[in-house]
Amino acid sequence: MGERADVWQGTLALMVLKTIETMGPQHGYGIARRIEQTSGNLLALNYGTLYPALLKLEQEGAIASEWGVSENNRKAKFYKLTRAGRRQLEKEARNWQQTTAILDRFLSPAEEQS
Amino acid sequence: MRALRKCRAWLLRLGGLFELRRTQQIFADEIESHLQLHIDDHVRLGMTPMEARRKAILRLGGVEMTKQSYRERSTVPVIDDLFQDLRFALRQLRRAPGFTVTAVLMLALGIGASVAIFTFVDAALLKPLPYRDPNRLVAVTESVKLFPRADLSYPDYLDWKKMNTVFSSFDVYTGTGYMLATSSGAEPVNGARVSDGFFRTLGIKPMLGRDFYAGEDLPGVAPSILMTYRTWKKLFSGRPDIVGQTIDLSGVPTTVVGVLPEDFQFAPRGSAEFYAPFQARSAGCDLGRGCHSLSGIARLKEGVSIQSALAEMVSIAARLEKQYPDTNRGQGAIVEPLSEVIVGQIRPMLLTLLAGAGLLLAIACVNVGSLLLVRSESRRREIAVRGALGASRTRLARQFVTEGLLLVTLGTTLGIGLAVVTLRLLLSVIPATLLFNVPFFQGLAFNGHMVLFAVGVGALAVMLFTIPPMLRSPLNAVREGLADGGRGAAGTLWRRFGANLVVLELTIAVVLLVGAGLLGKSLYRLLHVDVNFDVDHLATVQVMAPQALYPKDDQLVRASREMIQRISALPGVKSVGLTSVLPVSCNCNTDWIRFVGKPYNGEHNEVNLRDVSPDFFQTLHAKLLSGRVFTDRDDGTRPKVVIINKALARQYFPGEDPLGKKIGGVTLAPDSLKEIVGVVDDIHEGSLESPIWPAVYYPIYQDTDYSFAVVVRTSQSEASFLPELVKTVHSIDPGIGTAFESTMEQLILDSPSTFLHRFAAWLVGGFAVLALVLGVVGLYGVIAYSVSQRTREIGVRMALGAQRGSVYRLVMSEASRLTIAGIGLGLICAVGAGMGMRALLFGTAAWDTMTLASVAAVLGASAMLASYIPARRAASVNPVEALRAE
Repeated sequence: MGERADVWQGTLALMVLKTIETMGPQHGYGIARRIEQTSGNLLALNYGTLYPALLKLEQEGAIASEWGVSENNRKAKFYKLTRAGRRQLEKEARNWQQTTAILDRFLSPAEEQS
Repeated sequence: MRALRKCRAWLLRLGGLFELRRTQQIFADEIESHLQLHIDDHVRLGMTPMEARRKAILRLGGVEMTKQSYRERSTVPVIDDLFQDLRFALRQLRRAPGFTVTAVLMLALGIGASVAIFTFVDAALLKPLPYRDPNRLVAVTESVKLFPRADLSYPDYLDWKKMNTVFSSFDVYTGTGYMLATSSGAEPVNGARVSDGFFRTLGIKPMLGRDFYAGEDLPGVAPSILMTYRTWKKLFSGRPDIVGQTIDLSGVPTTVVGVLPEDFQFAPRGSAEFYAPFQARSAGCDLGRGCHSLSGIARLKEGVSIQSALAEMVSIAARLEKQYPDTNRGQGAIVEPLSEVIVGQIRPMLLTLLAGAGLLLAIACVNVGSLLLVRSESRRREIAVRGALGASRTRLARQFVTEGLLLVTLGTTLGIGLAVVTLRLLLSVIPATLLFNVPFFQGLAFNGHMVLFAVGVGALAVMLFTIPPMLRSPLNAVREGLADGGRGAAGTLWRRFGANLVVLELTIAVVLLVGAGLLGKSLYRLLHVDVNFDVDHLATVQVMAPQALYPKDDQLVRASREMIQRISALPGVKSVGLTSVLPVSCNCNTDWIRFVGKPYNGEHNEVNLRDVSPDFFQTLHAKLLSGRVFTDRDDGTRPKVVIINKALARQYFPGEDPLGKKIGGVTLAPDSLKEIVGVVDDIHEGSLESPIWPAVYYPIYQDTDYSFAVVVRTSQSEASFLPELVKTVHSIDPGIGTAFESTMEQLILDSPSTFLHRFAAWLVGGFAVLALVLGVVGLYGVIAYSVSQRTREIGVRMALGAQRGSVYRLVMSEASRLTIAGIGLGLICAVGAGMGMRALLFGTAAWDTMTLASVAAVLGASAMLASYIPARRAASVNPVEALRAE
């Protein structure tokens, strides 16, 4: 549990940032649903774990929040990306892609080298 | 960048501690909105609202769980817990206000007293002397049998300085007085005469102007002066152009060469306002090898120890003794740390006071400790419940620490406040004349060392308070605490440990009470020393006639006669006397004498020398034992005469009639010979605690002084007569200065030795009274608690037919056992403590039976009274109610 949670913690933040970038300002529930859908329902997270992650990002200045009204007229707290958050997303996405690319080379079947 | 983000997050979390409530409220709203959105989706899919809500909560992972993890992220959990503990501790303390107030007050008393005393100890004994490299500074003086620390003579000093190889510099100082011409007439001020390198040896540089140059202390150099910062501010309102100006000191135009720094202090000459280069005068006895008036200070060369310096100085003194047998016989040398001269005298008192305050603190801590122990006994259930509900051991322990910490913090804060007030109070009772001798106490106020000490003491107290309950609580299994709801006998830990604490308290109380008793008795003894004259109705004033105005003996004699005449003519004056040194001041101003027609072994016969006027003895009401007193005709034109005291007659003329015998100086020079014409009773010339020395009295008209004291016997209040006395002296010549006008009684009360004894006796007395109260309260608490714990047992006993008398006995016997153990142990320790403070006792033995017996009686009686109250309650227990109570 511990190891998986660690990976989860790091990637969750990235997923949250990317989700907000794609969707624009969004409330917690929306973000959670979107992450679920994007992952093809492979990620079955407790929605509740999202909130400390959102709080952490907000404390670090990557996102900001304000109360607003949802499409079906419910009061909800909306999160949006800050400029710093956008930079962070770009950087971490690049890092992640690099990491996965490297790992990919290790894990995929060896190609003929000529 | 990343670090910056982390930092920002931490700050926000720290800040979050203070708006937790608001954050939690907002988050509750957010969760609610989250659930609503989720429910809406489910309902759209056709679920019932109830089911939709259940599903939504399930998917969330539990509302409380989410809130908890959110809360942990929004603050710093460790600190948040601490806040919770603190809030809980505060609630606990508020729920038991009696306990809280008592505990905090006791701690504040103990800590306040010890911090106040510590501040004195710190200033005097811990802080290094305010000079450069003070550990290498030593006091160097001559030493004779009667005075282990005697003064140097100038020729000896010059030889010592030349011959020694152990000091990098060696200087001397002595006191002096000046008449300062001010707009309101002449004003006497104290000063010091120092050798040229005095300030360089100390490592002090003048703040303005220059130091004395090498050779400025030689005779014949133009007079120059350095003044202290205070004097510069007071007399010259801090004018920077004072350097280079000429001021009038005792009629001598003197150039001001500099101003000493503000923080400069030199306790041995604490009252000196002016420092002049020594410049030996031919008029006085400055140049005589037998004229001892200087004290030396020196700086040890690198690598030289005090022992080796002492050895060399002793051997130099021995060489001089051989070379100048007339003057130097028996003149040894002494080298000791300078701090010894400055604080050596008050060290025993300060240490005694510190010990007293420490004991008071100990008693307070033991008292609070046993209160806490009792509380922890009665909180067994609460702790057990919290443990059963899942509080971890460390969390429970932390609760105890937090509570102890809170109590001690409150106590310490209040204690520091108390200490500051006490400090101010104590400083205000030190007479100004004595404060000069302890300049390091001047302006003592709240400082960092105090806080540091208080915090240290507080930390110790926290440990003391929290370790015992921590030891027992988690170990004494939760199960036991839950199963038996505090029923039955008092806890075993309490039995074994708590009750015996009170023995410790009583022991300490006895030690403090005995200490106070011994000091009080010493003070009583001291104040009742027979001074052999009547101290009441005597007004005194110091008078100084400047040499420049009265260069000739007969001018001085004329002025003195005039002074006596004018004062005698004042209403309410019975008689007037003059003396060179007031009685009950010091065994000082001594003379060496020899007797014509008696064998002389070369040893110095050291006696007190006083020049007095004809009516002096009559004014004091001192008894003339044989012969006659001086008359007005005993002046320079008549044969020299002398009156001796009883001690001298007994020591040097055993079984003979001294009248008509002749005494003289060491060499029996013809002009030093004087005929004994009378014997007076032993007027107590020295301080109250010092022994009576042989004394010679010369007629002041034959042996004149520029500085002397006027003593007036009045028929009415002598205190109200003082202003008139001063005015009359000034009326003779405004150039004559007066100082220290005081009544004889006040003079004795304010004298250093009396004051030290009084100060110590009152303070330790105060500590002892507090200790008595705390000790007795402690005993009461213990007995009352034990009775409350045994209510059931007592109920059973009474139901089975026990008489009230036997219940009394039951309780009282427990109290007596503790009291007797405490008093017994205390008496033994008290004798030990008494031995330790022998230096402060006067005419009282450490094992003074009267004191020991009365302390035992007082404490025993108060202890019995304290235990009688709970005993009565025990005896009046209604057996039926006691048994039903639980």
